Amino acid sequence: MTHIGMVYSRGRVEEKMLQEAAQRQGVQFTAVQDDTLILDLDPGALPFDAVLERSVSTTRGLYVLKFCGAHGIPAINRHAVAAACADKTETSLKLRRAGVPTPRTKVAFEQESALAALDQLGYPAVIKPTTGSWARMVARVDSRREAEQILEHRSELPNPVQQVYYLQEYVNKLGAAGEPTLHRDLRAFVVGDETIAAIWRNSPHWITNTARGGKASVCPVTPELHDLCQRAAAAVGGGVLALDLMETSAGLVCHEINHTMEFRNSVAPTGVDIPGKIIEYCVRQAKA
Amino acid sequence: MSQTILETAPLECPECAARLAITPTLAGEVLDCRGCGAELEVVSLTPLLVQLAPHAEEDWGE
Repeated sequence: MTHIGMVYSRGRVEEKMLQEAAQRQGVQFTAVQDDTLILDLDPGALPFDAVLERSVSTTRGLYVLKFCGAHGIPAINRHAVAAACADKTETSLKLRRAGVPTPRTKVAFEQESALAALDQLGYPAVIKPTTGSWARMVARVDSRREAEQILEHRSELPNPVQQVYYLQEYVNKLGAAGEPTLHRDLRAFVVGDETIAAIWRNSPHWITNTARGGKASVCPVTPELHDLCQRAAAAVGGGVLALDLMETSAGLVCHEINHTMEFRNSVAPTGVDIPGKIIEYCVRQAKA
Repeated sequence: MSQTILETAPLECPECAARLAITPTLAGEVLDCRGCGAELEVVSLTPLLVQLAPHAEEDWGE
């Protein structure tokens, strides 16, 4: 029987749903908290046919995936994929290289050069950390003066990665018809060569993450959406991925790809067994 | 974050002492106290122990 190991940090709703899905499918499933892991240069610490990486810590997850790769253990997702998704700069570069529409983006390391880059992008613009999630420290700036304030604060942060200024055009998202005051973007769930589901995220705030209060509603997976999602997923190496997209007057643009997706708020509106699909994919990827 | 791990019978919220009726299946499971809304984390299944959940770290996310 295929033995799937799930490496995780915290038993969130998602991890419990994955555990339950494995039980429903009769898959041998072992949950290993990353707190307890002792990784070794020699194989043995992860005695599984495949590893589903669900660490809430991106850093820990990437190290776990390094060991999986070194020891020939199929991992969901592969280290190279996770690394590409964990850094927005790398994601953007890969999307652009693959010809996937993505917002105009620049990177700078000093306040002055960042301000010059923002002048080129024009205002409003968005300043983001190149790493991080849940829209932490993501700021929309409407003027040079606002940008100076954000950059001044960011420059004092101790982590040097925070001085990698990831600067992006502000995209005017098309909202839902009849809801002019709501911002809307789109999250699509890709599992291998399937785009299994998509939701719209509606929020009165321009940041629409469901972790920040955005409300999910089902979005049909059209052939156009599926095609774009597959191209975007392939750009970072494919696997189990959650893609964030925005609808613009010129079409869809992809601005972020997540490699340890949260899906608790998406199962009910879409009616898709997302954890079940992930477990099925893990079994397919497992060592024979 | 509280460093005090309470083991009581019945289990109590370390923040407000409300009784917790839980049957976790994963170490590290996260739950909300119905008494005070505190986010709690199961740090051990056997014996059953909970503590206040840590705040999100800089590298936490999807």
